[in-house]
Amino acid sequence: MPTYRPGPVSLILAALVALFLLLPLLAVIPVSLTPTRMLAMPSGELSLRHYRALIEDPRWINSILLSIRIGVVSSAFSTVLALCFSLGVWMFQPRFTAALVGFVLLPMVVPPVVSAITLYFLLTSISGASSFFGYDTWLGVAMAHAVMTVPFATVLILVSLSQLDRRIDLAARGLGATVWERATRIIMPNIKFGIVTAALLSFVLSWEEIGVTLFITSVNAITLPRLMWMGLRDNIDPAIAALSVILIIITVLVLAARGAVVRLRRAQ
Amino acid sequence: MKAYLSDRMGAALLMAPLLLFLGAAYAWPFFGVVNWSFTLPEPGLGQYGTLLSDPLVQSVFVRTLRIAAIVTIVSVAAAYAITVVWVRGTPAQRVIAEFCILVPFWISVLTRAFGWVALLSNRGLFNTWLQAIGFISEPLTLVRNEFGVIVGMTHFLIPFAVFPLASSMRSLDDRVLLAARGLGSSRMRTFWSVFVPMTRSGIIGSALIVFVFSLGFFVTPAILGGGRSVMVAELIYLRIFQSPDWGLGAAISVVLVLFVGALMALVFRYVRPRQLI
Repeated sequence: MPTYRPGPVSLILAALVALFLLLPLLAVIPVSLTPTRMLAMPSGELSLRHYRALIEDPRWINSILLSIRIGVVSSAFSTVLALCFSLGVWMFQPRFTAALVGFVLLPMVVPPVVSAITLYFLLTSISGASSFFGYDTWLGVAMAHAVMTVPFATVLILVSLSQLDRRIDLAARGLGATVWERATRIIMPNIKFGIVTAALLSFVLSWEEIGVTLFITSVNAITLPRLMWMGLRDNIDPAIAALSVILIIITVLVLAARGAVVRLRRAQ
Repeated sequence: MKAYLSDRMGAALLMAPLLLFLGAAYAWPFFGVVNWSFTLPEPGLGQYGTLLSDPLVQSVFVRTLRIAAIVTIVSVAAAYAITVVWVRGTPAQRVIAEFCILVPFWISVLTRAFGWVALLSNRGLFNTWLQAIGFISEPLTLVRNEFGVIVGMTHFLIPFAVFPLASSMRSLDDRVLLAARGLGSSRMRTFWSVFVPMTRSGIIGSALIVFVFSLGFFVTPAILGGGRSVMVAELIYLRIFQSPDWGLGAAISVVLVLFVGALMALVFRYVRPRQLI
């Protein structure tokens, strides 16, 4: 425990920063309750019309469903690839491990706009050959999202593997277990938490992804962030405020639940 | 008979899918983009010549560097203030600080940019309040300009700046601070001449992360800049989709990657990667 506590000046400065961090999240609440069609502060009267618009307008529902579908597919794909890769690295510790991991982490380090133009090149090249896979298709978006999320999934799984005791794997190997048995019956059950976290993080990153999605969709594959972007660029639709409030509430609830799980695991 | 894979075969089989996937879906198309920069609209170094001579492109690069520098200084300073409380505060203070850092971190960049539009626009909270108390008669222009971009990017990047700072503050030995105090140094003096120098690697790491992120940042500048304060990433987007001038967009991307790569290489000579996380 630190014995050296922050003094009053530090606390005041930190409180100002905390306020700055929370302010824009709080600001969307009154906007979402305004009765007018324009972005404005409510003056007296409150209304839930923008929340109703979210349910009644099929565009919002369709894009939410599309984002869920893309998120599930890309998250499953990137988690499986990341898991296999990490198992290979951990079990066999090949030469050039650092270079291989560095290569896998590239999409995380390269500026997102460069990844976006790269994936745009890829998907427009494929589009000529296929109409359901490529530019502006949901499968194309899912694949692009998998490229962007796979480094994060890999980092998480490698971190949980690094906390695993190598001797249990050596014991299994000594007793004659095959690579497949070691992976599925010894190692994977021990890093369950890491695998689930990797899948969840990949889903959330895909669900929020906008930088790359903007480059690879136009009219068909409109994900939720893409629809929000369209509403933000032209005239600002207060339905976005209602949606933002809902997303913020979900985030706070999920973080609270995660905090509870972590505390419970620590207590055990 | 059961087939026992040799270790090397097993490694190759497990690692191949991801490496092949990224090779085909990321590395190969990147070289396609590099190829665009040399071949579109005609073969040659024309696009790189444009980069060096076009005043518009240059002004965008200069603006990007300027905004990135300002955002880096403000974000690291703000992150430092809240990290001190997150790492060294009382348990209650730590919970509050953690909440204020993690909740914005997990909320989508679009929601956060929208929040700033709701606060700063002509009919937003600030202007409505300031007019209501009679402080101003005309709304102030706080967004759709460089000020809005800097505010929004700083807000986005503070949590990223927090993590390296937190790791360097956690590894700091308390007894050094107590010794300084015990030897009669004031709180301020202890902070500036002991605490800050001992967290230097965290400061460098967090400044590096924020600066590199700012260079390629797209969404916040595009929304809060309103097309008036274009940064490099938005310039690439405009060249690809509005001009369409794929060759120039590709050339700018190549230059951006080289610049970021050189920056990372330079800093990794002085900072160990572990200290960044």
